[in-house]
Amino acid sequence: MEAAIEAQELTKTYPPAVTALDGLSLSVEAGTIFGLLGPNGAGKSTTVRVLSTLSRADSGSARVAGIDVVADPVRVRHAIGVVGQKHGSDPEATGRENMVLQGEFYGITGRDLSRRVAASLERFGLSDAADRRVRTYSGGMQRRLDIAMGLLHRPQVLFLDEPTTGLDPEARVEMWREIERLAGEELMTILLTTHYLEEADRLASKLAIIDRGHVVVEGAPSQLKSDLNGDTIQIELAEAHDAGARVALERVPEIDRVRLDGRTLRARAHDGGAAIPAVLAALEAHGVKAMSVTLARPSLDEVYLRYAGRAFSQAQTEPEEVAA
Amino acid sequence: MTPLRQSWQVTMRGIRVFMRNPAYLAMTLTQPIIWLLLFGALFKAVIRIPGFHGGSYIDFLTPGIVMMLAVSSAGWTGMGFIEDIHGGVMDRVLVSPVWRGAPNAGTVIYAALMIVVQTALIVLLALALGAHYAGGVGGVLLLILVAALLGAAFASLSNGVAMLARQREALIGAVTLVLLPLTFLSTALMQESLVPGWIRTVAKFNPVNWAVVAGRAAAMQKIDWGLVGSRIGLLVALTLVCAMFATRAFTKYQRSL
Ligand SMILES: Nc1ncnc2c1ncn2[C@@H]1O[C@H](COP(=O)(O)OP(=O)(O)O)[C@@H](O)[C@H]1O
Ligand SMILES: [Mg+2]
Repeated sequence: MEAAIEAQELTKTYPPAVTALDGLSLSVEAGTIFGLLGPNGAGKSTTVRVLSTLSRADSGSARVAGIDVVADPVRVRHAIGVVGQKHGSDPEATGRENMVLQGEFYGITGRDLSRRVAASLERFGLSDAADRRVRTYSGGMQRRLDIAMGLLHRPQVLFLDEPTTGLDPEARVEMWREIERLAGEELMTILLTTHYLEEADRLASKLAIIDRGHVVVEGAPSQLKSDLNGDTIQIELAEAHDAGARVALERVPEIDRVRLDGRTLRARAHDGGAAIPAVLAALEAHGVKAMSVTLARPSLDEVYLRYAGRAFSQAQTEPEEVAA
Repeated sequence: MTPLRQSWQVTMRGIRVFMRNPAYLAMTLTQPIIWLLLFGALFKAVIRIPGFHGGSYIDFLTPGIVMMLAVSSAGWTGMGFIEDIHGGVMDRVLVSPVWRGAPNAGTVIYAALMIVVQTALIVLLALALGAHYAGGVGGVLLLILVAALLGAAFASLSNGVAMLARQREALIGAVTLVLLPLTFLSTALMQESLVPGWIRTVAKFNPVNWAVVAGRAAAMQKIDWGLVGSRIGLLVALTLVCAMFATRAFTKYQRSL
């Protein structure tokens, strides 16, 4: 199938010397949800801005819906919907007025427009609030309006830049369902950026982890996790720093790596379930008492740690974010 | 057709906000009313200076206040862009295929329409205070048109400054910085023959003065078509230059994204 989004070696530097994109390439298959995962400042929004014709890369090229973003930005604009990281609606206007203005900007007018607006407001559960000013909306309602506006002209490709940031957990889950529905029922291509690992894991059929302006690894979430080579067996010991435990496990052939933090012993195994009996036997043979044993499938957190070379939570708290 | 239609939609966005809170109009008028009353009282004696020809001071002052109002009212236009930039509205507009000139054109039209309403009210107030419009209804309409034109130029200018500075404080600073010198370096408050020579020279290049002169020649005397026409010509040219500046500022903004 032809790629709906194709970016090659994009670079972008902001003055004085912020490298926002550093040779970023990606390819998104039509009709899928693609997740762009990375901490704040990784270059997610910049990628969306370049792909959506809002800003220009210094070098590299990109095609969206088969159209070159630099050569023919107007056609790209007709083909895409964009929901930015910030709200794009006018707080002083009502939901309906915002939608109508949006439609006019895409050349939709008259009865076609009013019909579409009404249907769209209905679909996003905003009919009752349609004639209220947006400033009175809750965060979840505003986000739904943003998405309704982005979809009004029925784009082929939708960009969602951190669609759930700032939403409460309930609204977030609701938004996830909505996004899944879009991809499922409407066969839309969606590029979604997020800094929530679980969001990328749940929604994206393929994802790229980006860090410092380039893709560090790309693949299906399950693929990325299984590439990590196995599971983590976590053992709570009765006593802290029981070095004997470590020695015991290192001798078990099924175990690759062992890490001891206080009372927590983490061991990696290709097939964790199969390794547990041997692990328990080894511990017993060395007279180490285990309080509990749990088996964890690798998380995206670990994928991130492995490929970006730092823990996600750590990258996340680095000071930055000048402009969004 | 589409560019016009889209610009008008942007204008309507402003009008709808205004309609929700029409009391805002009264607020925008307090300052010019104070000017009218204050300067009227302050300079009342001006007409007794030898060399001041004809009429009452309110006749002389009204076109000046109208143009001051036009400049200050138009000066705030860019504030909308700054809100839009910070609120994410601007980005959404720019990723749509809307005609790139629509945001500026639409807000400039809105500013001009507001100025028509505001100046019409000031004209009526001055009438109540005893102003005499020798140019008749036609002359007054011309006065208002000139004010709208001056406002259109300054609205574009304000939009351009807003796109470059992107900060409320910067725009507030620019408007305050510009308004008083433009007024005092013109014949808005004082007859040309009575101001120092250097001010007379500066005033020749001052758009506010073009507008004041044209407004006076239209509304406060038998219409002097030559004078009115030439000044309107200058103001149209200025409006176009300012629109170009706003367009450039727009491009510059987008490049910075
Ligand atoms: N308009 C801009 N001007 C200057 N620097 C910017 C601008 N936009 C983004 N940046 C910088 O570029 C880097 C990438 O930002 P961004 O793409 O917004 O990251 P993300 O969306 O992943 O948080 C950051 O260091 C950010 O500060
Ligand atoms: Mg971002």
